[in-house]
Amino acid sequence: MSPDLPLLIAKATFDTLRMVAIAGLIGSLIGLPIGIFLATSGKGELFPAPNINRLVGLIVNATRSTPFIILVVAIIPFTRLVTGTSIGTKAAIVPLTIATIPFFARLVEAAIRDIDKGLIEAARAMGATPTQIVFKVLLAEARPALTLALTMTIVSLIGYSAMVGAVGGGGLGDLGIRYGYQRFRPDVMLIVVIVLIVLVQLVQSAGDRLARRFDKRSRKN
Amino acid sequence: MTASVPKPLSDDVSVAFQGVSKCFAASGESGAFTALNNVDLNVGRGSITGIIGRSGAGKSTLIRLVNGLEKPSSGKVLVDGVDVGALDEAGLRNLRRSVGMIFQHFNLLSSRTVFGNVALPLEIAGIDRRAIEARVRPLLDLVGLADKHARYPAELSGGQKQRIGIARALATEPKLLLSDEATSALDPETTQSILELLKRINAELGLTVLLITHEMEVVKAVTSDVAVIDKGEIVERGHTFDVFTHPRHETTRALLSGLPGSKLPDAVARGLKPAPSVGDRAVVRLTFFGATAERPLVSQLIKSVGAEVNIIAGTIDEIGGKPYGSLVVAYAADAETSGRAERFFTENGLVTEVLGYVA
Repeated sequence: MSPDLPLLIAKATFDTLRMVAIAGLIGSLIGLPIGIFLATSGKGELFPAPNINRLVGLIVNATRSTPFIILVVAIIPFTRLVTGTSIGTKAAIVPLTIATIPFFARLVEAAIRDIDKGLIEAARAMGATPTQIVFKVLLAEARPALTLALTMTIVSLIGYSAMVGAVGGGGLGDLGIRYGYQRFRPDVMLIVVIVLIVLVQLVQSAGDRLARRFDKRSRKN
Repeated sequence: MTASVPKPLSDDVSVAFQGVSKCFAASGESGAFTALNNVDLNVGRGSITGIIGRSGAGKSTLIRLVNGLEKPSSGKVLVDGVDVGALDEAGLRNLRRSVGMIFQHFNLLSSRTVFGNVALPLEIAGIDRRAIEARVRPLLDLVGLADKHARYPAELSGGQKQRIGIARALATEPKLLLSDEATSALDPETTQSILELLKRINAELGLTVLLITHEMEVVKAVTSDVAVIDKGEIVERGHTFDVFTHPRHETTRALLSGLPGSKLPDAVARGLKPAPSVGDRAVVRLTFFGATAERPLVSQLIKSVGAEVNIIAGTIDEIGGKPYGSLVVAYAADAETSGRAERFFTENGLVTEVLGYVA
């Protein structure tokens, strides 16, 4: 057993990274436009559609308030439809992606709403179209905040990915449950936790550094 | 005058407000709020026209009607004869590309360099990179910041930021520049240099400037014409010199009284009474301009009045290039002295205003 341990951990780490990367990529690609929509479709805003805005907001809230472990189980039919299976790493990517979308969307919304309304007014006064305002002003100005939002999303995803282990999702969480908990191997559990901590630290500091580089608001740059 | 009959537009009008009202539907039960009430105003082409009023007087709304950031509830706003309220979104965007605007808080993009900020309106207008380069450089020269082109706004001072704002507003070669409290966030010295720049642009590029402000200093320093707005109505308008030297409305007087040299020392202001009692002294403001500004009035006044004359406050200044002076004096309020003083004022064509009486 022991000689296999490094291999097991490497494999589990790879599975976790794969789940986080794919769910993070797809989830944020879908979450980004939803977040932009939420931030710009209120009454009197760039793309006014207050009713749809409320509806989308409701769906986002509903998804976010569903405990992740329940979400995983609840969408099994959908997961099976998409991946053909309801267990394993591939299947785990589906609920992870679904959970990422509203999480990231709300962070995007907050990042965009945080931008000084004066900038939108200035762009309108220049004759910018709403689409130009989104791409040339809002997304450009929100880039540091969006970077931090993505960082936070990935960190959360790493945590969620450990949870899908409980339902046979593979990855570090799965390893921790099966070896560390069910086979009474505290050493495995410890290693799993340490690897997760290191992953989170790496993601967070990389995200912070990138956000700082994008942020031109301080005089240091 | 009725708002429904548009006056014929003469060629020299850049912006015309015709019976413009603006109401904001208030949320809740407080009812609608009238920001502007039946405003008629012409902004002469090539002029620097100032609109002055206290905060909440409606001046921000007024200036936003010009480029369609707000729509009038009734009446018309014409820019070069085009009814802004009747334009669709595409028409509005076209209009806005020919009207520059600068802001109190500059509204520069922190993520873009100085160059990038000035280039933004050109990118929005779909102009290609090379043409943008060719247009931005001379603009940065014009505002004196060519060496800062690669810097970010956070690295610049307030005055420099507003210069970038001005360069950006001029990028699409507008014929009209709207200035929304552009100097209100700046210190007095920087304010003067920004106002000098606006004056220069007005003279060199023949640009019409419409500015709103709550500072008489700004109006005095650059404008040729001024309108005073109070509670959504234009209460006084005219050439800046005339309005300064013959203020008719009480709001205008109140705004003017804040100017240095016009303001009474606190000790005098506190003791001011509306009617004299025996032994009191009259406090009188003398306004002189043109030829009278150059005569030795004070010594003549003392001779003519034949009594002690105190100088309480005074200023000599230039408004719209004309010399202008304001002097607040006090002398005995008895009938004889007052009579002599009034005769002297009439003979010399001085504009006077009795401010009150002090013991």
